[in-house]
Order: sequence, then structure tokens, then C-alpha cells
Amino acid sequence: MGCANTPVISEKGQRQVFCGLTGIIWLHRKIQDAFFLVVGSRTCAHLIQSAAGVMIFAEPRFGTAIIDERDLAGIADANDELDRVVSELLARRQDIKLLFLVGSCPSEVIKLDLSRAAERLCKQHMPHTRVLSYSGSGIETTFTQGEDACLAALTETLPARTSQGKHLLIVGTLADVVEDQLSVLLRKMGIEHFDFFPPRRSTALPAIGPETVCVLAQPFLADTARQLESKGVKRLEAPFPLGAEGTTKWLRVIAQAFAIDHFRFEEVTQAARQRAEQSVARHRTQLQGKSITFLPDSQLEIPLARFVYQELHMKLLEVGTPYLHRQIMTPELEQLPSSTRLSEGQSLELQLDRCDADQPDLIVCGLGLANPLEAKGFTTKWSIELVFTPIQGYEQAGDLAALFSRPLARKLKLVA
Amino acid sequence: MQLTLWTYEGPPHVGAMRVATAMTNVHYVLHAPQGDTYADLLFTMIERLPRRPPVTYSTFQARDLGGDTAQLFKEAVANAFDRFQPQAVLVGSSCTAELIQDDPGGLARALNLPVPVIPLELPAYQRKENWGASETFYQLVRNLVKPADKDLSAAPHKPSCNILGPTALGFRHRDDVREISLLLQALGIEVKVIAPLNASVEDIRKLAQADFNVVLYPEIANTTAQWLERQFNQPYTRTIPIGVSATREFIREVTSLSELPIPAGLEDDMHSVWYSRSVDSTYLTGKRVFLFGDATHVVAAARFASEEMGFEVVGIGTYSREFAREVREAAKKYQVEPLITDDYLAVEEQIKHLHPELILGTQMERHIAKRLNIPCAVISAPVHIQDFPARYAPQMGFEGANVLFDTWVHPLMMGLEEHLLGMFREDFEFHDGAAPSHLGSSRVAETPVTALREVAQTELPKPITAQPASSTWSTEAEKELGKIPFFVRGKARRNTERYALEQGLSTITVETLYDAKAHFSR
Repeated sequence: MGCANTPVISEKGQRQVFCGLTGIIWLHRKIQDAFFLVVGSRTCAHLIQSAAGVMIFAEPRFGTAIIDERDLAGIADANDELDRVVSELLARRQDIKLLFLVGSCPSEVIKLDLSRAAERLCKQHMPHTRVLSYSGSGIETTFTQGEDACLAALTETLPARTSQGKHLLIVGTLADVVEDQLSVLLRKMGIEHFDFFPPRRSTALPAIGPETVCVLAQPFLADTARQLESKGVKRLEAPFPLGAEGTTKWLRVIAQAFAIDHFRFEEVTQAARQRAEQSVARHRTQLQGKSITFLPDSQLEIPLARFVYQELHMKLLEVGTPYLHRQIMTPELEQLPSSTRLSEGQSLELQLDRCDADQPDLIVCGLGLANPLEAKGFTTKWSIELVFTPIQGYEQAGDLAALFSRPLARKLKLVA
Repeated sequence: MQLTLWTYEGPPHVGAMRVATAMTNVHYVLHAPQGDTYADLLFTMIERLPRRPPVTYSTFQARDLGGDTAQLFKEAVANAFDRFQPQAVLVGSSCTAELIQDDPGGLARALNLPVPVIPLELPAYQRKENWGASETFYQLVRNLVKPADKDLSAAPHKPSCNILGPTALGFRHRDDVREISLLLQALGIEVKVIAPLNASVEDIRKLAQADFNVVLYPEIANTTAQWLERQFNQPYTRTIPIGVSATREFIREVTSLSELPIPAGLEDDMHSVWYSRSVDSTYLTGKRVFLFGDATHVVAAARFASEEMGFEVVGIGTYSREFAREVREAAKKYQVEPLITDDYLAVEEQIKHLHPELILGTQMERHIAKRLNIPCAVISAPVHIQDFPARYAPQMGFEGANVLFDTWVHPLMMGLEEHLLGMFREDFEFHDGAAPSHLGSSRVAETPVTALREVAQTELPKPITAQPASSTWSTEAEKELGKIPFFVRGKARRNTERYALEQGLSTITVETLYDAKAHFSR
């Protein structure tokens, strides 16, 4: 048992993944007074709009400052141009309190210094609007790493905590309903001082101090965790709150850190835990013994693999992740069967060859691959839904299981 | 720098992908960073292709930049060739690779592949998707086409043509091609090659053998058709057969090129002309319509709207700057100001200013229309998945005119319904703000807040007196219920109440809500 020490297939080559800019799609829904301005090319604008799909609002809170040939030829000073675009934008959107300048591949390659631009613009637009920067470029970040980069930048601005008492910071974007459910459980245990990061409004940033401990709610936050640790915040090591088991272990780590007694913990969590187990069990009958392969996408693959193995009794073939942060992932890896084939990075064609050889019952993969694989007779679960859907915590455990069972159930239903 | 919230067109390499994906045995190797593969999902999701686009990405990352991205690209080309064995290879850069200045053409040629390698120069910081598609098609044809055999073309033969322009991700290209091919066949003309859609490298080589070319989508095929005309004296058609008059004109143009008579029976299945003349359509007269989209569809649709539907064109515009001239000409004809822009906020402003009764546009205008509560139909790319329908739905030819009639009339209020609205203006059900009955209530669609309130009102547990055993909601539970998305909230409420009733609970708490959820979840 445990595959914390098993060798990992580490591959380089073509990758079928999103870049970090995609994180904007859920981050802008979470932080309701923030605007995400990508400094990039038409490709970047097209990417976000394609990935955001039908999310067209009266005015979206993200946009792209498209670099054009005048900026490249040096005819226009890129920094002046950026200042102009930002001023135009902020004049139109008075409600924006936090502006992120988001770096892209083109802006990184031409070495446009967005952190200095952010400093400069911050001076200009404070106190009304704070301006920060991070990179969501494909050359540096994969999909959910965009959130990591964003939160790491935001960490720098967290105020110092003045009030006394042990304090918990829960790090990583969660759906509002999940946050509320977790809050109820924590309060019932007797934990009163806790904050979620990122907050729903940028004006309500959580304060951190020497008595703050943090726990990750999402697995892809290595840089943010490092930043917090460098500010003296202790990180609690825990598996991630996916499924009944994952949620219990995650909560238990918190309870232990806050010296909540065992009896109290059981009392608070028991009912919800039973509910979760019961709703997961319904899907187990259909899924147990079925084999599954995860293609790399979000870094959620390892915790998800642990969930489907532990609670749905599925057979893990390959678990691919775009990036494997050992330290953060150890509590998860310890629970995976040692036979699991782990892979980090991707060489797409080789990985698809392995899929062909393995013939998994279910493949978790991106939207560019799902239909082509279905057409070849495979059953797929498109992975981006696992990022957008509330899947954490007890009450969502059944929904999470359903995401895996639905594609197989559908196959059985269709006769033609 | 230009502030952009939504774009009508992708970058030019997406245009190249549309040409490569349309064809059967070419492969495109794109020098691009991680993440640019997002474009694959346009094809696999929006067009629902059952295969991957024939595109390989070099996927360079930051750590490669100091080193040898050129080597990385060469390996990508070599591997892609070995694996896919294409008959021609397209190579090029995405916007980021354009900045690092590796030379994809030179690098690929150095590999000495046994098939043609066609380098694409697509200036990502100046040009856009349609230009990219047009340039790619042109380069393919320039590099591949072979002169026709002189003896063969001199010998007597059935008149023949090629159909140029349809691509992957084209708005109704699949069905337009079928409709126009059938029409040409009925006219006694042989269709030699359709390209790029479903064409092979071999097919492209044979392009010069036809007598003339039919250009369906000038944005993509004009450059190629002009070149073929210069090189091989192949004339090409100018009329876009969208609408009945335009289709008739197209038939005249084609028959004059083929020197064939027009056979009878071509219009047997055409209904739109009679439908437009039927008395039910009288209320369409003078309806104020605003059109926006790619130049070709907008100009053609404006003609159909004005001549065959009896609408009044109050505004016309395009996002394709390359074809602005055509739209300006059309605008003169309808005596309106042309709007040439790729800023959807400018389009929204114009629509607000003109207050049309119907908008014909793209996916973007559909959202604007929804916001402004104006009926709308889609006539041009960019479009979403629902505009790649399973059913036969051409825009061109006589069947295309049938489709247009239905599609455009559908969002409008039916004549009688409009009449009732006028008569019972003050009536609570037929007031001014009411939307067509078949499109749901506008009051619900207006704002999510009103929608929620309405749901809450209709879902209130009314029969409290009728069912003494029913349970009441605690404030927290009611609040928690409010967090559930409104489109499933009604079901959640019903299930929870049923559960509470079964369990004999008098008060519904948050716990009950989730107990019920667990109980009913499948």
C-alpha cells in the first residue's frame, strides 16, 4: 500500500492542457470586485472566451489588452499603452477594487515587466483600486496553476492579524455553498477564527499573524503555500476534502491542530459523514472493479484517484498529473495502491498509446480529447467539470461520485 | 494595445487549423507554447468532430526558451510525420513563436521529408482567423496544384467546376456544400473538387482541371480563386446563393459559365416565396432589422431581409475589415450607416441607438439581443454548438431560403399574438413587455433576481391548510435553499418537503435539506 516512493513516469513532449489564464474563469466569479486584464495576444483573448463558453455577462470582469505590431516594433511604448488601457478600463468600471494584470506567453517573451507596471499603476489608482500582477502564461503555468500564481500574488497583500487566538486560513477557491457547509462544521466543533482565501470581496482580505495556520483546500497551490510559510504561517498537512474519507481526514487534521477532542469531532461530523457514505455507496455498485485512467489536467488527479479507489473501489491504471508536488501530495500518495502507474508531464501520443494498450473502462481527460476517444469506443469523463463543479466536502461526495458514474450509466442506456 | 472583452475572430493560426482540419491527409505542426491546444476543443466540442484535429503542437515551455526551441520544433515535425504519414505538412508559428523567431519553414525543410512541406507566414499581431484560413488555403493550392492536361481540357466534356471555401468550423458549410452540389448536379455540371472541406492533397492537385470555380465563402476562397483565374484562366462565381433571388442569379451566372440551359423543376421544393406572400406574413412588412456578422452573410442576408421578407434594413455592419467595402456598398443601397468594427460594445451601442425589432447576427449579437430583450436569429460565425445542428440546415440554395424563413420568423411574435398585444395593451397578461409565448416569459428572463423571486413565489408551500402534516422551513434552511442554483431549486424544495413529510418532521432544517439530498441522490 502507498505509492509515495514509487517511480514516476516523467514525460516531455506535446501537452494537451490549458494554460494558467483559464483560472480567470472561476477566479473572477469568486472575487466579485476584481477584474482580470490579460496582457497578451488575440490567442489569449480567444482562449478565455472559448473556455468561458456561454458565460457572457452584461460586461465580463475579464478582458485582454491585445499587444499589436506597434507595441512590438517599439513605435508605441508598451508601458504607456498599458497605462492608457488600464485608465480607460477603470474609468468605465468604477466598481472594480482590485485589478490583476495577468501575464501571458507573449508578454513574458517580450519581457514586459508587469510587476513594475502594477506598482506604478497601483500608485496612480490607489486607494480606489489596487493593482497586482501574476503570470498565467502557458510557458510557465498549467491550468489550475493560474490560481496558484494569482493567490501567491495576493498573499503579499494580506494584512497583519491583530486579534488574539489561534486562526485558520483555508486556502483555495471553493464554491460558496461548500465554504458555508464547511463553516458550519468548523463552528460546531468550536473553531471560530477561520477565513477562506481567496475571499469573496477583495476588500475583505483575511489577516494573518503568528497564530495563523493554513490548510490547503486545493492541491495545486504549491507557490501560495510557500509564500504563506515564508510569512510564518504553518501549513497543516492533510489529504484533500474529496469524498467522505478525504473530508473526514482533512477536517480531523484541522480539529487536531485546534485540540478539538475526539468525541466532539465524531459528534459533529458523524451525520454528514454517514450521508456522504450513503450517497457514494449508490454509485459504488456501478463503478467498483471498473478501471480508470486520468490524463493530466488540473493536479486534482491524485486526490480524485484516491477517492475513486478508496470509496468507489475502482481500479487505477494510470494517474497522470501535469505537475507533482511531492510534499503536498504525500498524504494522498500514501493512500494509493502501490500498483498505480503515476505520470508527471505529458507526451500526448505516447500516453494515448498506453490508453490503447490499457483499454480503461473510463478515461478522465480534456475536451479536446473526449469526443475523439468516445468515437473510438472509450468512455470518458471530461475533466474540466471537476474543476467547475462543487465537489468538496461531505454533501458533495455523492455528486462527485455521480460525475464518474454518469458517463458509464449513459453508455448502458443508449441502444442505438 | 487594444482593450478587448470579446473577439469575433480568433488568431490567424486558428484559421489555418480550420483548413487543415477540413482536409483528409494533411498535418499541421504548430510551433506554440503549452495551452494553445485549447483550439482543439472548438473542433471536438462546437463542431463535435469525432476525431482530433490533425495538428501537432511543439509545446515549448519557459525552461526551453534559453535553449533549443528550434530543435524541439524539428522533433515535433519528425514525430508527427512518422506517426500520421500525411501527404503534405503545413508548418507555422502561433503568436508566441512568432516572437522567438525560429524559422518553421526552414527547420522543416531541413528534415527532407518525402512530402511537400508548406510554410505558413501568419502575422498574428496584424491579422485574424479568416485571413489565416484564406492564406493557408492559398498557400496549399499554390504549392500543390498542377496545370491541367491541355489535350484533356480541349476534348469535349461535361462542364465542370470546383467548389471553393468550405472549411471546418464554418457556419453551415456542411449543408451548404450539399445543397449547392445538388443544384450544380441538377444543372448538368460536374463538381470536380470541393476544397478544402473533405479534400485530399490529391484533390488539391487536380483543381486546375475544372472549367470554372464556385466561390461559396469569399473570406476564405477569394485569394485562391483569383490566383487560379490568373494562372489557369478559370473564371469564378461572384454571386452568393443565399436567398431565392440570389440563388436564381447564381444559377444564371453558373449556366452562362457552363453554357447550359436552365432545366425545369429546380424550384419544386422551394416554399419561402409562397410563405412570404401568405397573409400570415403581412405583419412582417417593414419590421426594422439590424444585421451584423461576416461580410458575405450580412450582405446576402440584407438582400433576403429586404427583398424577400419585406423587412426594413435599419443597420448593417461587419467585423471583417478585409471585406468592409462590400458592406459599405450594401449600406448605400439601404441608405444606412455601415458599422465596421470588431468591438462588440460598439455593436451594442449601435443596436441600442437604432432600436430594431429583429437582430440578425452572430452568437455575440444573440447575447446583446437577450440583454435588450429583442428577438434575434443567427446568420453568421462565430456561433455556438447549437448552430452546428444534427438536422439538414443549409443557408444557401432554395432549401436554404426555406431554412432562413423559418429561422428568422421563429423569434418574432406570431401575427395574431401581436394583434392581441395591441388590443389588450393594458391587460395583465398581454402587456407591452410580454415576450412571445413560445419563448418563455420575459419577466423571468430579465434579471436573475426577478427570476428567483418568481420561482420563490410559485414554489411557496401553499397547501399548508390543505395538508396539515406538511412541514415548515427554518430560516437557515430557506437561506441554504437559496444557494442552490435556481434551475434545480424547485426540485430540491419539493424533494425536501416530500422527505420531511415521510419522516414526519415538522421543521425543515439545513440537516433535513441535505438528508433529503442524500436520500434522493442517484
